[in-house]
Amino acid sequence: MQQPNKLKPFFENLNFERQDNTMVINFGPQHPSAHGQLRLVLELQGEQVVKAYPDIGYLHRGVEKMGENMIYNEFLPTTDRLDYIASTSNNYAFALAVERLLGIEDKVPRRAKVIRTMLLEINRIISHLFFLATHALDVGAMSIFLYAFREREFAMDLMEDYCGARLTHAAVRIGGVPLDLPAGWIESLSNFLNKLPEQIKLYEDLLTENRIWKMRLEDVGVVEPDDALSWGCTGPMLRGSGIAYDVRKEEPYELYSELDFDIPVSDRKDSYGRYRLYMEEMKESVKILRQLISMYPKTECKLMAHAPEYISAPKEEIMTQNYALMQHFVLVTQGMRPPKGTVYAPTESPKGELGFYIVSEGEPYAYRMKVRAPSFFHTGLLQDLLVGTYIADVVTIIGSTNIVFGEVDR
Amino acid sequence: MAQHQVNYASSGGLPVVLTSADHLINWGRSNSLWPLTYGLACCAIEMMASGASRFDFDRMGVIFRASPRQADVMILAGTLTKKHAEFTRRLYDQMAEPKWVISMGSCANTGGMFNTYSIVQGVDRIVPVDIYLPGCAPRPETLQYAMMMLQQKIRRESANMNKNKKQRFI
Repeated sequence: MQQPNKLKPFFENLNFERQDNTMVINFGPQHPSAHGQLRLVLELQGEQVVKAYPDIGYLHRGVEKMGENMIYNEFLPTTDRLDYIASTSNNYAFALAVERLLGIEDKVPRRAKVIRTMLLEINRIISHLFFLATHALDVGAMSIFLYAFREREFAMDLMEDYCGARLTHAAVRIGGVPLDLPAGWIESLSNFLNKLPEQIKLYEDLLTENRIWKMRLEDVGVVEPDDALSWGCTGPMLRGSGIAYDVRKEEPYELYSELDFDIPVSDRKDSYGRYRLYMEEMKESVKILRQLISMYPKTECKLMAHAPEYISAPKEEIMTQNYALMQHFVLVTQGMRPPKGTVYAPTESPKGELGFYIVSEGEPYAYRMKVRAPSFFHTGLLQDLLVGTYIADVVTIIGSTNIVFGEVDR
Repeated sequence: MAQHQVNYASSGGLPVVLTSADHLINWGRSNSLWPLTYGLACCAIEMMASGASRFDFDRMGVIFRASPRQADVMILAGTLTKKHAEFTRRLYDQMAEPKWVISMGSCANTGGMFNTYSIVQGVDRIVPVDIYLPGCAPRPETLQYAMMMLQQKIRRESANMNKNKKQRFI
């Protein structure tokens, strides 16, 4: 029986002392390679894992419940803390869901769309560099960690110049973006884009043909296409198994239908294939960002959608027109009231398909908010993926699934 | 005779250092603070960034250790849930004396924006905290400054930990 008043662990049907030869070990929740607060209970036969049981919930913060008790604009900064490595992708996924609910997705000005897509792709680069750094560190390549973090800092400088924050950006608003790009930002972005491919080449020179790297990654963590589909894998986990599925191509949002980019697919199915995939995706992001830079000057300077019943008017109108001021007051104090209905908007976050499912009853608060986070499904996959592998490969596989516990536990 | 006399003024002083045991021990303690890699949530990313190339924590003698047995400082970086609280206390108890705790970020200080059913509203309910860092998430510079503040605090204290009136956890 669990005693609610005592801090006592409650292990579900777990018996650490066995009569047979298997040994049960506890991995995490404070393991430096557990990528946050993953707790794995592994049953070992010698050095081989015979049963793996991921225990999650160590970072359960009740984000979905918070979303049901906050007005929509208030909840937006909270979404930063879901996948905290690429915050803007969460902000954007939430903003897109609310925009679809309000029916103002087409009213978002083109400049806001260009800026949003830029921010999304910069976040993809930040996230992929972080993946590379931590994955390499787990496997034992310490210098890659230092190199990848160096480049990541330059990308984070760009985010900081735009929105003022390094990690928790809140850089997207429902209906547009709050700010235009600051002066000189485009130049710094193109400088960064000129430098990044050289750095990616450096990482590839260090890793791709590296004997140790290949020995640690090849044929480790093989995900069969059927397994990937039945476990609900998305993003690089799915594309690493040879299935070309990317929400940016299947259900294009923002400007992705106008942009020219490829979806890299690997049919190796193992960790090595997924590593190659991440490197290729960074190159595609550079390609996308270059196209967006040339799109930016052709847009007129308008940042928020015009929908007075949901979104506050520009500051000039609020200050000069009485009715706009009244509407602004109501929107700030009571919040926008979307029409009744449900909406699910999928987006391709750096880790896979991220979507917000919102049930609206016409109130300023959502009736139900559900976050479909990719890492949650990848954590579930671990109980199939780890069986039969060696204990030394467990950290490689966890690193290769690229899970973030903010969005697993929510 | 003359050749035995050393000019102490020109050769940088006596080859003897006069100090107190407190100063000597605290000098050693404060300049090699090894924190535990205890990333809980978003702040852990900034903690990693402060250990990485641009911010370079190593130059201050701060090297992250994976085991609580080898660590002096526990940096609680992120949101502490009630499910995890038991492990935090266990890890704190496993650390060898002397030990210090830095609470990094709003979530660890007070629960921050997560005032929900599952969050410990401040890690000082679980372990005694020496330094509180504000911010969500604090920048790596903030963490480095906190480490410098902790060094100052250690240098002020007595080397005998029993003499320091530490906040007792009940």
